[in-house]
Amino acid sequence: MPKTIGILGKKVGMTRVYSEMGESTPVTVIEAGPCKILQVKSETKDGYNAIQVGFSQKKSSRINKPMTGHFQKAGSEGFYHIREFRVLDPDVFQAGQDITLDTIFKIGDIVDVQGLSKGRGFQGVMKRHGFKGGGDSHGSNFHRAPGSIGCSAWPSRVVKGKKMPGRMGNTTVIKKSVKVIDIRPEENIIILKGPVPGSKNGLLKIYSR
Amino acid sequence: MSTIIDRIEQEQMRQDHPIFRPGDNVKVHIRIIEGSKERIQIFQGVVIRRKKGTMNASYTVRKISHGVGVEKTFALHNPRIEKIEVVSLGHVRRSRLFYLRGRRGKAARIRERGYIQ
Repeated sequence: MPKTIGILGKKVGMTRVYSEMGESTPVTVIEAGPCKILQVKSETKDGYNAIQVGFSQKKSSRINKPMTGHFQKAGSEGFYHIREFRVLDPDVFQAGQDITLDTIFKIGDIVDVQGLSKGRGFQGVMKRHGFKGGGDSHGSNFHRAPGSIGCSAWPSRVVKGKKMPGRMGNTTVIKKSVKVIDIRPEENIIILKGPVPGSKNGLLKIYSR
Repeated sequence: MSTIIDRIEQEQMRQDHPIFRPGDNVKVHIRIIEGSKERIQIFQGVVIRRKKGTMNASYTVRKISHGVGVEKTFALHNPRIEKIEVVSLGHVRRSRLFYLRGRRGKAARIRERGYIQ
């Protein structure tokens, strides 16, 4: 199922906001947009329907010649981040069109947020997969080890996909059903409820539903 | 800290509270909604802790209610707090007055620190 249109943003950080009733809500502040459509991809020409979007302006002296040509085709300045959004109907979009927060989101909307999660390095099974581990004391000799990883003579190998220690994080994560608490189009700021994947200054894709 | 976050927090932070310290006796006026009616409840006691922070700042007030020690922690910038009233200033030599929990009556007294103007 293709996702609908979205916007690119940069995670600023977290804080809290109070409602009129005095309830505190943890929120993430995101600097999102304005984005520009650089290319419209269609089923007939490219095999799939999508729009290519640029975010965060880049000096022309930092852009190589092939990319300069690509930006010029859309009649736009250069961008640091270029991503695609799958769309159902590409004909409603045009290269060079702006995407701003207020055109696609409103307060109270439910959105999905995609980001690159923080890298945790090489981690054991307790942190990486939520294994229980053993007791710390009372004579326990089994603490954080993974334990048995399979049977003996049959199947005589470790099953594929066995949860083991290894690199954790630094993967693309989508957080679904995130509520929009506030939008400030003049400052290009969107405030979402709760945390979103990734570190501060990390690139985020915010999908509308 | 980011300037954007600073600005968002600055908008919500309350600048109308008086200065108070641990050891001070305060009245906290809390707006409470019961059904459709709104009334103000007062919680009076000694400030036993102040937690620093911007939006996360809070303070804990301790009082003895019907012979039982009661502590309430309030967020400093919560909009449901009508006002904080400083009743008396206390002279204490530490910032966290948890030692009051083990004391009652005369032993839990706090020396006054000057007078409120």
